Amino acid sequence: MAVFKLKTPISEEEIRKLKVNDVLYVTGTMVTARDAAHKRALEYFKEGRSLPINLEGLAVFHCGPIVKKEDGKWIVVAAGPTTSTRMDQFEDEFIENFKVRVVIGKGGMGKRTTDAMKKYGAVYGAFTGGAAVLAAKAIKKVKALEWSDLGTPEALWILEAEEFGPLTVAIDSHGNNLFEEVKKKVEEKRTKVYEKLGVPV
Amino acid sequence: MLEIGNLIEDVAFNLLKLAVIKLPLDVKEALKRAYNEETSEAGRVNLKAILTNIEFAEKLSTPICQDTGTIIFYVKAGAQARDLEKVEVMLQNATKRATKEVPLRPNAVDPFTRRNSGDNTGRFIPYINWEVTGGNNIEITVLPKGGGSENVCALGMITPGEGVRGLKKFVIDTVIKAGAKPCPPNILGVGIGGGADIAMKMAKKALLRPINKPNPNPELAQLEKELYEAANSTGIGPMGLGGKFTVLGVNVEYAHRHPASYPVAVAFQCWAARRATARINADGTVVYLTHKVR
Repeated sequence: MAVFKLKTPISEEEIRKLKVNDVLYVTGTMVTARDAAHKRALEYFKEGRSLPINLEGLAVFHCGPIVKKEDGKWIVVAAGPTTSTRMDQFEDEFIENFKVRVVIGKGGMGKRTTDAMKKYGAVYGAFTGGAAVLAAKAIKKVKALEWSDLGTPEALWILEAEEFGPLTVAIDSHGNNLFEEVKKKVEEKRTKVYEKLGVPV
Repeated sequence: MLEIGNLIEDVAFNLLKLAVIKLPLDVKEALKRAYNEETSEAGRVNLKAILTNIEFAEKLSTPICQDTGTIIFYVKAGAQARDLEKVEVMLQNATKRATKEVPLRPNAVDPFTRRNSGDNTGRFIPYINWEVTGGNNIEITVLPKGGGSENVCALGMITPGEGVRGLKKFVIDTVIKAGAKPCPPNILGVGIGGGADIAMKMAKKALLRPINKPNPNPELAQLEKELYEAANSTGIGPMGLGGKFTVLGVNVEYAHRHPASYPVAVAFQCWAARRATARINADGTVVYLTHKVR
């Protein structure tokens, strides 16, 4: 396990050094996007329209934050990750079109995303589910709010982060997927667990 | 005469605030133990993040997790207690106030219109589980229940012939199927027997028992231990990234069953196992039972 601290924009060369089980901290620009934002971004791309921000080399964060406005400024109160599998249907195209280098969420993603990460050079960083205060503390500033018509949780929150993490690299750019590895090992153990409980196999 | 009614609202508000910001001691201790004993690297990184997060939440008086859950109350009402007819409205008021002031995330959505009520109240929500006891006290517990762990709860109507082996298999299959989804390590509530609804009610209520208190029935305590060890031998680990700690505790409850039925319910609780209890005495004094309150 190695610890990496990367600053956005992150290059393909930098991201390819990371391997599953490494720990990553991201400093720089991070953009939240959930189902609705992913869908709209891909529609914009098809129509040849540009996004409110160039995502190349940045981190996209699966998150619907709790925010408050103080003195006209947005403050992120709590910002834990949401379940990433919901974005699986969009993420491969999202990576291909916009060249994001880090996808942050919880619970892992599937084969399509893993393949896209290998092909275009990106990683999936698992952030601890529920650790919303830890996440909010690393977010120093809300740089902009875009697509607010999608609602607070679904909008694009463009954030300035400092050492956002720890992120466990769970999918690397070499085709490795830690969640899938664990699932496979668990499946191999199933019979043993049954035996331990006296459950006939 | 003391206004117990208004007191109920204040106490319920305090309970909501305490629950979402500060974990009960038994859960904190279990998380610390898990961190000390976990051997997987990814598991340790995530448990450390959890411990740091808990500390920050307390220090900043901010909710531990952005999902502050569906609000569920358990009320033990003394048959001679005053103002019981006011309890429901007071708990609703406390929920609305806590949503604004703590704040809680508004989590009550109409299933058909998708409209979010914005204040965590709605049809049957907050949900209140009533129990009538002797005496004149009122004991209130709040269980803010996270959505990620709720989504993997399961009910099995197993064949009675499979018996205890069948129920053990069902629990383990449910844990393996849930995998990374409920943000492990979790607490499991297991309800056995009764009927479909009764089993799930028992499973959910079992989550209120501190995880360092085994079932007083030695056979059930043994079953809890076996299920705990089995769940942790799956290797799912913290956040599903592999490791020794998939669960922090397993609490089992049971009821007698119909000869033809064998219901087994598994309720998952987040590592952010938020709960708080207080007793309101007839003289208006309040005792907080799960948290230290100055």
